[in-house]
Amino acid sequence: MKKKEQTTIELSGVDPIIDKYNAQQGSLISILQDIQEEYRYLPRDALEHTARRLGIPKTQVFGVATFFKAFTLKPRGRQLVHVCMGTACHVRGSQNVLEEVERRLALKAGDTTPDGEYTLETVNCVGACALGPVVVMNEEYHGQMSPLKVEKILKKKLA
Amino acid sequence: MKISSVKELNDLRHKIQAKKDPDKSCITVCGGPGCLAKQCLDVRDAFVSEISAKGLKDKVKILTTGCHGYCDRGPIALILPQGIFYQRLTAEDVNEIVEETIINGRTVDRLIYTDTETGETIEKEADVPFYKRQMQLVLKDNRRIDPHSLEDYISVGGYLALSKVLGGMKPQEVLDEIKRSGLRGRGGGGFPTGIKWESTRNAPGDKKYVICNADEGDPGAYMDRSILEGNPHSVLEGMIIGAYAIGSHEGYVYVRNEYPLAVKNITIAIQHARELGILGNNILGSGFDFDARINRGGGAFVCGESTALMASLEGNPGEPRAKYIHTSEKGLWDKPSNLNNVETWANVPLIINKGSAWFSSIGTDSSKGTKVFSLVGKINNTGLVEVPMGITLREIIFDIGGGIPGGRKFKAVQTGGPSGGCIPESLLNLPVDYERLTEVGSMMGSGGMIVMDEDNCMVDIARYYINFLQEESCGKCVPCREGLFRLGEILTDITKGRGRMEDIPLIEDISGMMKDASLCGLGTTAPNPVMSTLNYFRDEYIAHIRDGKCPAGVCRELITFSIDADNCTGCGVCLKNCPSGAITGEKKQVHVLDAKKCTKCGICYDSCRFDAVKKE
Repeated sequence: MKKKEQTTIELSGVDPIIDKYNAQQGSLISILQDIQEEYRYLPRDALEHTARRLGIPKTQVFGVATFFKAFTLKPRGRQLVHVCMGTACHVRGSQNVLEEVERRLALKAGDTTPDGEYTLETVNCVGACALGPVVVMNEEYHGQMSPLKVEKILKKKLA
Repeated sequence: MKISSVKELNDLRHKIQAKKDPDKSCITVCGGPGCLAKQCLDVRDAFVSEISAKGLKDKVKILTTGCHGYCDRGPIALILPQGIFYQRLTAEDVNEIVEETIINGRTVDRLIYTDTETGETIEKEADVPFYKRQMQLVLKDNRRIDPHSLEDYISVGGYLALSKVLGGMKPQEVLDEIKRSGLRGRGGGGFPTGIKWESTRNAPGDKKYVICNADEGDPGAYMDRSILEGNPHSVLEGMIIGAYAIGSHEGYVYVRNEYPLAVKNITIAIQHARELGILGNNILGSGFDFDARINRGGGAFVCGESTALMASLEGNPGEPRAKYIHTSEKGLWDKPSNLNNVETWANVPLIINKGSAWFSSIGTDSSKGTKVFSLVGKINNTGLVEVPMGITLREIIFDIGGGIPGGRKFKAVQTGGPSGGCIPESLLNLPVDYERLTEVGSMMGSGGMIVMDEDNCMVDIARYYINFLQEESCGKCVPCREGLFRLGEILTDITKGRGRMEDIPLIEDISGMMKDASLCGLGTTAPNPVMSTLNYFRDEYIAHIRDGKCPAGVCRELITFSIDADNCTGCGVCLKNCPSGAITGEKKQVHVLDAKKCTKCGICYDSCRFDAVKKE
């Protein structure tokens, strides 16, 4: 019963997105991006519904959803912490920054806190290379990071 | 308002230009990715409120522009028409600039550029060494226009090239002009653009596509982002001209979703161009139809590869295919398709406006024009630089880039991203062009230039790239998928002190196989980071394997931290910051580091002000 209820809520957000792209197969990635923006992840029911509406096999939808890094099938936290692992950040010590963030949030990259508040993810480049290492919190960029600065920005932002 | 002829567009330009007062003060605040990360919008907002508080709203224009290039000095504000370059601004500085410079016409000395070496102060942007030695063509207008304003673009000569093309050039003439210019693909491969256009034009079929590759997945490169964010119409203009030459009526911009501002700015540009009639049917009354759409990428490095990008545009996983039949014959939805990257498209209007002879006079025999590089890593002047092809690496890194911070020693520069290689100090006089970079085992790539100093371990760098590529390999062909997996294992072993001397020939063997047998460019070039470091820095590999040492002090399993009793003042900073409780000691007494508890995070090393923490 509970599951059905959940499905109704989810699908009400999905149809307008699919309609916006005229249910075109070529827009599958855009559709999934918008669904993810709406729900912060790709719910299984929404993917199945997308496959039905677009008239394509579920395998194709799941294939795309699992191929691209930007998609996640796991619910994300309300606050997103991205640590950039691009080359420019790497040569300036992003690995140490990541480990310090992991330690402070008691979270491994890719995971979400049990209360659903924070998700920590690594990204391969956010294009702010001149300021590496970069940490992006809720879309706000923090440049020239070091392990020592982690505490400060986490306190400021996540308090 | 819709424009339906070249004349109407010219009239509009004259009207906009006549309206403009060249002496009117303009404050252009850089809103590029680097400055954004330094909270430049606070500075911009301070200018807006200060100007309005002083009742100067009608006299002073404030622009939030795309990237000016000099990210290290951000937030940046350029004061026009004087060209005063204010740098490293905070919102608190704004009041003084408005009061002194805008109202009283004086320069605020403390906010202008000071040369770190000579102590000389420089007022004008054009005289700052970082800019002085560049040749900005593609990036030039970034600082002069509001990327959301089509009017601004038109006022600086935007869509003049399109007028010229649609006002009297035949598609073949456009094509010949691009061919003569010698323009080559700026995305990495360096394929001659004119020839690519021609094969798409000559391919049979009514429906043809032009595509802009803005899936800048190469970590360490952000020039495409900056062009698309700062001057989106220049890319669009290039695409329309290309479409006309090729005979295409439909275009796509495939842009990384990780670049929300680029997505927004190109979306607005397309919308404005449609409203004015620069996109759509019968553009400028020429009878030529063309429209462009945006697709956001899903975050896959391999989608920078043309066939993978097209698969992704079709709504499929971004897996490449073998190119027995070129995409210029059968590309997107099996139709002839022409794909160029952002910077390539942005060069097209320049060539049409100034002529192929002008363009081909810049650069080397085989590589014409300029190239934008992102100068990042261990370098003083981080930022985007646009230089003529043929300039030496030394000029870029030391004259423009200002050398290595902290008096450290240069070790290598990595070009071409994960497909490129590391170039050592002995090759710094190498002129930068497509061929020279390939000859030394690297490549042009999209223009990332990551500088490394003596504190960077070259084995670690190789492992980093291989891990990156292993994650990004689509897994379709065996040589790439399994080759990267094995290389990753071997390199990880070496960095952890488990390497064997026979691993070196094994790395070379696997690399050769991948180069010969992989399906797409990702796999064939993937060994470059390993092979180039092995060629130029073999002694570092040997130090790891034979001596169990990481000379740069990076690989954790091979280093130890300790506290030098002679230098330690007992200040307690390391103790306070140590996350693993490995440091003990009383205030003002020599501290002790317990190697068993140490996780080698290096925080103590970075935080000690007395050089007392030793890394061996």
